[in-house]
Amino acid sequence: MAETITLSVARYRPEEEAEPTVQTYEVPYRKDWVVLDALNYIKDQLDGSLSFRWSCRMGVCGSCGMTVNGEPKLTCAVFLSDYLPGPIRVEPLQYFPIVRDLVVDISDFLEKLQKVKPWIILKEEKPLSEGEYRQTPDQLDTYKQFSMCINCMLCYAACPIYGLEPGFVGPAAIALAQRYNLDSRDMGAQERLDILSQKGGIWDCTFVGECTKVCPENVDPAGAIQQYKLAGAAHWFKSLLLPWGAK
Amino acid sequence: MSSDVHYTLHHPKWYRRRVSVWWWLQKRSYAQFVLRELTSVFVAFFAVVSLWQLHALGEGPEAYAHFMARLKSPLFLALHGVTFLFVLFHSITWFNLAPTAIVVRLRGKRVPDFVIAGMNYLVWLVASAAVAWLLLRG
Ligand code: SF4
Ligand code: FES
Repeated sequence: MAETITLSVARYRPEEEAEPTVQTYEVPYRKDWVVLDALNYIKDQLDGSLSFRWSCRMGVCGSCGMTVNGEPKLTCAVFLSDYLPGPIRVEPLQYFPIVRDLVVDISDFLEKLQKVKPWIILKEEKPLSEGEYRQTPDQLDTYKQFSMCINCMLCYAACPIYGLEPGFVGPAAIALAQRYNLDSRDMGAQERLDILSQKGGIWDCTFVGECTKVCPENVDPAGAIQQYKLAGAAHWFKSLLLPWGAK
Repeated sequence: MSSDVHYTLHHPKWYRRRVSVWWWLQKRSYAQFVLRELTSVFVAFFAVVSLWQLHALGEGPEAYAHFMARLKSPLFLALHGVTFLFVLFHSITWFNLAPTAIVVRLRGKRVPDFVIAGMNYLVWLVASAAVAWLLLRG
């Protein structure tokens, strides 16, 4: 007997409907299928009009993030068997505008990511003859965790502050800023702090902590933001006490 | 393709969802967060009462006795009971979160979370014991 499981999938077809609706599909239940496999089954066998994003199907590209039973998840990383007996509710990521079905518009995140300058900033480049920029394993270790981000935006979808305050730069972008601040080769911490001390920056975060819980890569964006706040406050104190010393 | 279907080229018709004012009831952890934020009101209440107490102390023994008598009224006792619970919740949740914010590296290794949280609890215990000793010794 072929077992099946029900998926309730959010649909939004802007040329036909003014707001999202729900469509249910019956798909075969397989122990080794992830939710993304079920969506692909729907697309191939039942309804070719269903739209969603994915690419690597192995938790690397970060494009298959959706809301599964109310929680932001990588759909290639959660199994149908995690949600027995169903039905499984699949919706687009929270807070982002919906373009179509399960596809959301991510341009806001991309803009914010760029704003925090997530690259190594050097005051001046060394001449090539001086060789490479070296780093010890311990130095690598200080920022490695924050560099594991795959830009899946699950943390944004989990953050009520981002929902309420769309100007908030958000968890992943701040974690990535911190990743470069902690890099022994980087000299851009001050530039980034200037940007992130403004409205929408680190102080908008009230430490709900959900971003860290949903992150599939254990990046701990909440930790990054709190550590950033501590560093920012320390810097501010220093400039208050030694106005000429702190730069 | 039927003629009433038209695509807005280069400009999708996004659907924007609104955040409900009840968002914090949607998840247990959100509710817990809001509760934790709320505890700050009670922390402030404790601080104000303590300042008031200091003020009464400065006004002389009679004013102080009057103040202490007022604290013993059922209203204040009940208020203090509730406040105590909230402040306890406040302290415990923040102590548990402390390791996330405080990263200490010893010889290149990150000090484990339970040590950082444990230190907070230890300081709390010592401070409470010291206060209790001060108040109860006489
Ligand atoms: S911090 Fe984690 S949840 Fe957020 S975008 Fe990066 S990988 Fe995804
Ligand atoms: S498809 Fe690439 S992360 Fe899921």
